[in-house]
Amino acid sequence: MKFRAKIADAACLNHFTRVSCMVAKLARTCTLRIRPHALNFILADPAGGGVSMWCELPQENFFSEFQMEGVSEDNNAIYVELAAENLSRALKTAQNARALKVKLTNKHFPCLTVSIELVSVSSSSRMVTHDIPVKVIPRKLWRNLQEPTVPDADVSIYLPVLKTMKSVVEKMKNISNQLIIEANLNGDLNLKIESELVCVTTHFKDLGEVQVDIRKFLQFLAGQQVNPTRGVCNIVSHKMVHFDLLHEDVSLQYFIPALS
Amino acid sequence: MKCLVTGGNVKVLGKAVHSLSRIGDELYLEPLEDGLSLRTVNSSRSAYACFLFAPLFFQLYQAATPGQDPLRCKILMKSFLSVFRSLVMLEKTVEKCCMSLNGRSSRLVVQLHCKYGVRKTHNLSFQDCESLQAVFDPASCPYLLRAPAKLLGEAVLPFPPALAEVTLGIGHGRRVILRSYQEEEADSTIKAMVTEMSIGQEDFQQLQAEEGVAITFCLKEFRGLLSFAESANLSLSIHFDAPGRPAIFAIKDSLLDGHFVLATLSEPTPNSQDLHFSEPCRPAPQRQAHSTPQPDDFASDDIDSYMIAMETTVGSESSRTLPSISLSPGLQPPCNSEGEEDEAEAELSTVPGTPPPKKFRSLFFGSILAPAHSPLGPSPVLAEDSEGEG
Repeated sequence: MKFRAKIADAACLNHFTRVSCMVAKLARTCTLRIRPHALNFILADPAGGGVSMWCELPQENFFSEFQMEGVSEDNNAIYVELAAENLSRALKTAQNARALKVKLTNKHFPCLTVSIELVSVSSSSRMVTHDIPVKVIPRKLWRNLQEPTVPDADVSIYLPVLKTMKSVVEKMKNISNQLIIEANLNGDLNLKIESELVCVTTHFKDLGEVQVDIRKFLQFLAGQQVNPTRGVCNIVSHKMVHFDLLHEDVSLQYFIPALS
Repeated sequence: MKCLVTGGNVKVLGKAVHSLSRIGDELYLEPLEDGLSLRTVNSSRSAYACFLFAPLFFQLYQAATPGQDPLRCKILMKSFLSVFRSLVMLEKTVEKCCMSLNGRSSRLVVQLHCKYGVRKTHNLSFQDCESLQAVFDPASCPYLLRAPAKLLGEAVLPFPPALAEVTLGIGHGRRVILRSYQEEEADSTIKAMVTEMSIGQEDFQQLQAEEGVAITFCLKEFRGLLSFAESANLSLSIHFDAPGRPAIFAIKDSLLDGHFVLATLSEPTPNSQDLHFSEPCRPAPQRQAHSTPQPDDFASDDIDSYMIAMETTVGSESSRTLPSISLSPGLQPPCNSEGEEDEAEAELSTVPGTPPPKKFRSLFFGSILAPAHSPLGPSPVLAEDSEGEG
């Protein structure tokens, strides 16, 4: 297995950093899948409430150089597990970087090594290296980490500005643990909470219903720092809500199952 | 003792107290002929810090009332720090700060004269104490590194604030390397991220050390002095020696000087040859024309940049006992200066087979050997001079 890649453009680096920060906000450990044309961040946690996330980054849009060799010819992919926070922290130190290289290495244990060449006033350059320990995921576990099928939704609607939703949901969290998301084909979205004393509904515009854990929804919203180019919410009534966000060229899908 | 600090120096004094508070819980205040000294030591006696403010730092400085012996006192750091807690407030509202020691009532009176006629008076109780002395001599350290505090501040930026220890060393091409140091966890399945910062020697004002030399010390304690030096825009000197011997961090300007003496991890034992970072340090990319141009950007990278086999098993690592931070025999009450050498020799003789310094260096960058615990005898601690009372 081999992997080496380089980011030479500041904007690409910023974008990649933001994506990794977003992933770090959603879970402690995540899986990184490396294939010839794309990188994926995957969170599959069927045991713990079934929240899962699938994020795909087309590699050409980020890396000026990208070489990988998977496990074998037939299985040309690499799956590793790492602490998402390590990656986001490493990338954050690359604020003034001239170039960033990332590669898979073996320094007594498998690592994702991030090497950053910093801009320096003097003639000599400064280098920062981060060795992020990773766990290689054996082939037999790969099938749990495949792209989830987008469910046949009862309703599909475009999302309103995420920041607005986040501030609303943040206040609602204090009243109830359960959030009802309703959407209809007319383009209305309601976020509703009900308790014994009070019922609060925020209308965005449409209807078709699912009840989810408010904290999971909030966690998802908290991770979104930039409003996506396009955000779609698919609801399978009483089963789950699926968010499909597109940030320029990175697609992120997030699934929240309904509370039973 | 009576002294008066005015203007911008009040904030400087406040910052110094903040720095000292990172080290110890008690502040030793001693007015000397050559200035006011503020000292502290940490509970494990592995870090000592001292600031000396020259008489010129003060608008008025009187070490002792005539006819009386100068008082020395020990105050709770928390109490003293509370006076200077808000640096912003000090800068904006405090015009003068007056400190006086009242022997009879055992009170250190700190009076802040603020804007609009507001005067805040703090009466801090103190204890008489012996003088806190550490014997250390920067000149006796063979290695020296000097750089503007700003550079060192940038150098530690990539490291997480919670990181306890860091290793500082000289690598290939005389690059100065800082690497996060992790003690081996009992639960070795959870590995921590390792961060390394490498800076060219040109960025340093002075570098007197050969390749392969390195020490490991407490980063948190160092940050205390570093933040002070950055705010005062001073250069910071690091005088150091072999691992195990204390490192002296010093700053100086015309009105004050500061010294932080930190213990370093002691030398590794021979069987920790299990090098963790075995590839040679990447040579710094050269700007000037090179005789062998490197078209492939990756060509200059480390040897093993290729991933291991699928079913990876982490190799058995050498078991290392937790290293202890011990003060070198160099820190001793002054009367034992001869005993110092004996102690040093005793230290060496209890660690048979310790590789001589040269050999150690040749194995070095390459790697930073995580120092193991050398079975030293009980290390001498920083003892208060037991002078007679009064």
